[in-house]
Amino acid sequence: MRPDRELRCVEVVELVTAYLERRLGAPEVERFERHLTACDGCTTYLDQMRVTIAATGRIRDDDIPAGLFERLVATFRLVTGGAP
Amino acid sequence: MQELAAAGEQGLVDALRRGDEEAFASLVEELSPSMLRVARLYVPTQAIAEDVVQEAWVGVLRGIDRFESRSSLRTWIFRILTNIAKTRGIREGRSVPFSSLGGDEPAVDPERFLGGHWAAPPRAWEGGERLEAKETLDLIESEIAKLPPAQGVVITMRDIEGFDSEEVRNVLGVSETNQRVLLHRARSKVRRALEEYMA
Repeated sequence: MRPDRELRCVEVVELVTAYLERRLGAPEVERFERHLTACDGCTTYLDQMRVTIAATGRIRDDDIPAGLFERLVATFRLVTGGAP
Repeated sequence: MQELAAAGEQGLVDALRRGDEEAFASLVEELSPSMLRVARLYVPTQAIAEDVVQEAWVGVLRGIDRFESRSSLRTWIFRILTNIAKTRGIREGRSVPFSSLGGDEPAVDPERFLGGHWAAPPRAWEGGERLEAKETLDLIESEIAKLPPAQGVVITMRDIEGFDSEEVRNVLGVSETNQRVLLHRARSKVRRALEEYMA
């Protein structure tokens, strides 16, 4: 990225994760945010990435299957030599 | 992980070394669901994923005396898990070499830009409550299952299981940059799937 020109949308969409991860330097952040103030498409895109992350974060794990739990406890007794 | 933290990690490590079955059982209940989810990304069936998790716990029990607290217990356990899952995935003919980032994969279809700017910009998603629906979460899960394993594992650990980037790096042994590229590609594809679904 050359610092002497404005970002294009095609570059902004590739910088979104670095921006959200706070891995951009201060001048890059400024350029990124300057682009957003003038670009509805990229503003929507960034918002959708945030929404995507939040939705993914709502996925929950199932409980451990009972059969596997029992197998693991049996394995534990076998490996540690403990009483059944 | 709150329970783990409350017990005190050193206390838990000591308990495992003593062969304390109760401590083992509670750790198994806490970590196995996420271990299963991660293992499943490398191997073709749920049954094999369960085998991988079992093998990982054997590795934990056999190796706990050598655990040195340079990383957190969870990081160490997931490193054991992903190594076993990777080996098993390769044997099952599923995994591609983990370190490969693949070729150039643009986040957005290049045809949507003209001269580097949006020709077909994304449209705001209406009906945000749909995003909370189980159907949507199922869609995201199936999209993650379709990703190359390296991308699927990174987005799963970061965005579903809540690991931070340093922990993911330590588990997978990838650089900060590679971790971010994998995460970026994964999130971009999930967004794309949601865009089609919300349209």
